[in-house]
Amino acid sequence: MSNTLLDEQTALPEPRVITVLRSRGDRVFRGIVTAGALSSLILLGLIGLFLVLRSAEIFGDFGFGFLTNSDWNPGSVGDGSDAQFGVFAMLLGTIVCALIAVVVALPLAVGLALYIEFYSPRRFKSTAVMMIDIAAAVPSVIYGLWAVSIFTDRGESWGQLINRFLGWFPLFHSDNQQFDRSPFVAGLVLAIMITPIVTSVSREVFSRTPPDLVGAAYGLGGSRWGAIRNVVLPYGSSGVVGGTMLGLGRALGETVAVYLVLNLVYRPNLQILESEGGNVASLIATKFGEATNYELKALLAAGFVLFVFTMVVNMVATFIVQKASPLKS
Amino acid sequence: MTSTIDSTISEESTMPEPQRPWRATRDSLRPVIASNLVAALAAFALNLVTGLAGFDGWLLTFVPIAMVMTYITRRRQGTVIVADAMVTTLVTTIAAVALFPVMSLLWAVATKGLDAFYVGFFTNDMRFASPDDELNMGGAAHALIGTLVMVLIATVITLPLGILTAVYITEVRGRFTPMVRFIVQSMSGIPSIVAGLFIYSTVVMGFESFSGFAGGLALAILMLPTVARTAEEVLKLVPDEIRSASYALGAPQWRTSLFVVLPTVRSGMVTAGILGIARVAGETAPLLLTASYFTATSFSPVDGPMASLPMYIFGLLQSGTEYSFARAWAASLLLLGTLLILFTIARLVSGKDKR
Repeated sequence: MSNTLLDEQTALPEPRVITVLRSRGDRVFRGIVTAGALSSLILLGLIGLFLVLRSAEIFGDFGFGFLTNSDWNPGSVGDGSDAQFGVFAMLLGTIVCALIAVVVALPLAVGLALYIEFYSPRRFKSTAVMMIDIAAAVPSVIYGLWAVSIFTDRGESWGQLINRFLGWFPLFHSDNQQFDRSPFVAGLVLAIMITPIVTSVSREVFSRTPPDLVGAAYGLGGSRWGAIRNVVLPYGSSGVVGGTMLGLGRALGETVAVYLVLNLVYRPNLQILESEGGNVASLIATKFGEATNYELKALLAAGFVLFVFTMVVNMVATFIVQKASPLKS
Repeated sequence: MTSTIDSTISEESTMPEPQRPWRATRDSLRPVIASNLVAALAAFALNLVTGLAGFDGWLLTFVPIAMVMTYITRRRQGTVIVADAMVTTLVTTIAAVALFPVMSLLWAVATKGLDAFYVGFFTNDMRFASPDDELNMGGAAHALIGTLVMVLIATVITLPLGILTAVYITEVRGRFTPMVRFIVQSMSGIPSIVAGLFIYSTVVMGFESFSGFAGGLALAILMLPTVARTAEEVLKLVPDEIRSASYALGAPQWRTSLFVVLPTVRSGMVTAGILGIARVAGETAPLLLTASYFTATSFSPVDGPMASLPMYIFGLLQSGTEYSFARAWAASLLLLGTLLILFTIARLVSGKDKR
């Protein structure tokens, strides 16, 4: 059976190669459009180039130490000769917050996507989808306002609760018993921000599961959970991973909301409940206003580090999503 | 009343609904509701005894108890059904937990925003008012105008570039197509503060002044991927028959693209623009580094710093008094309301296009 199919395929004649002679108008049109399309490429290159150019002095002065040191001290001398800059604590804090966000948001988002797609009453489905869309569009400054005035108290009390029962675990240990403005709270706010994004990507992928596969699972006597576990989740897993990576990218680069709920301290800290954390984007927003000329260059250098880091994450995410897309159709 | 019933009936009769074998009947719902009620009450009682206070503590105890109750009520029906029922409980709870912050946020913006609204909010600026003045002083007019000007600059720059990118990917299909798609997609993840830093290091340092123009440029960087990708999705919907028909009539590619393909998706391009605007209208971080704060109304984008709604909210949060927070909520409502109106328009326009 399979052999005859194969033979049929190999017997198909090769399609004729079509050659086109383009008119002058076409060549001009294609040139203009290509130039416009390449603008994004050039823009991306320019962003990297200018950030490096303007901060070259910092990378020259501190070298690799800029990535491994944690001190951020503009120095007392005007020309900045006793200054010390390093983004290690900030970079570590950025990753910690983003990871907390993803760890919290991923189960919430997958659960919500499954609920909307397979469990919710039909009437509620469109409302829920609309709410997710709106939530994904809410600007980060409004999330920040909500976090500062409504959420932080609750987040702080959750931190206290976790510390009371799981404090023996190094990650949840706290020396100062100060739980406000911690990486935990910031991570939760980020989780709330990225949940809608991950949800809508996951829901999109889940909804594209071929209905005949789901029907086949039911036909074999499977339960709803059986169909989800054996058909929907394997089918949508790469899409979920891609969506999560997009959320991770957003969490890594988020500025304002984190700035408003996180206490920046310039030393590496892995005790996530403690009221001290780091975040590159918030560092830039905090220090930008009163920075000296030399410190400004250090901030541009920090921006470059953040740029490279998020671009790598995003490119991996894009690669996964685009590689997964042929499966969907 | 009868007409609506008639229309729903006729709709259903023309479009047969997909079968949903899992749909709950009244009889199957009864034990579920009962067991969840028992679990809710048990969790409440347990909270009274142990002192795990508040809604959080209740939810924390409710979920395990509900799972156990599900197990007890379903255990005779076999492991498959028990697992299914327990997952149903879990997924429903997760959905409630995930939607709760969203509802809290929207509710807070709506109620607190409305509380702080007053007539002059649209017409006054903060020139003669400080953030912690009473609420009848000052307003957000300067911020609203600044946001409009900067978003307009960003749109004028981005819309042509975004459409060109989309046309390149779907019509020209040149050598760089995969790369352009890849770059545009990953560009959508540029941290907004990096876009601000880039414009700061070029335009603001170059002119040695913050400006609304620089703010518009920073927003344009963030807007481009959204516009390009939406426009691409819209252009993909154009059936190939239209292009083939145009070629068959002897039209060259540029005429086909400009006068046949693009006019069919005019409203789609409007949607792309609106979605792009909605993406950037609430951005704060890039404006912090480019347009900065300002308290007076200004229409000129090249004339020093310019106010914007997100920066207005951000600035109010810094001063942190009761009235400044009230103002921040009102401005949030204004900003979010604007975004929602934009989304509604986008949906209406694109809905007209597709079907």
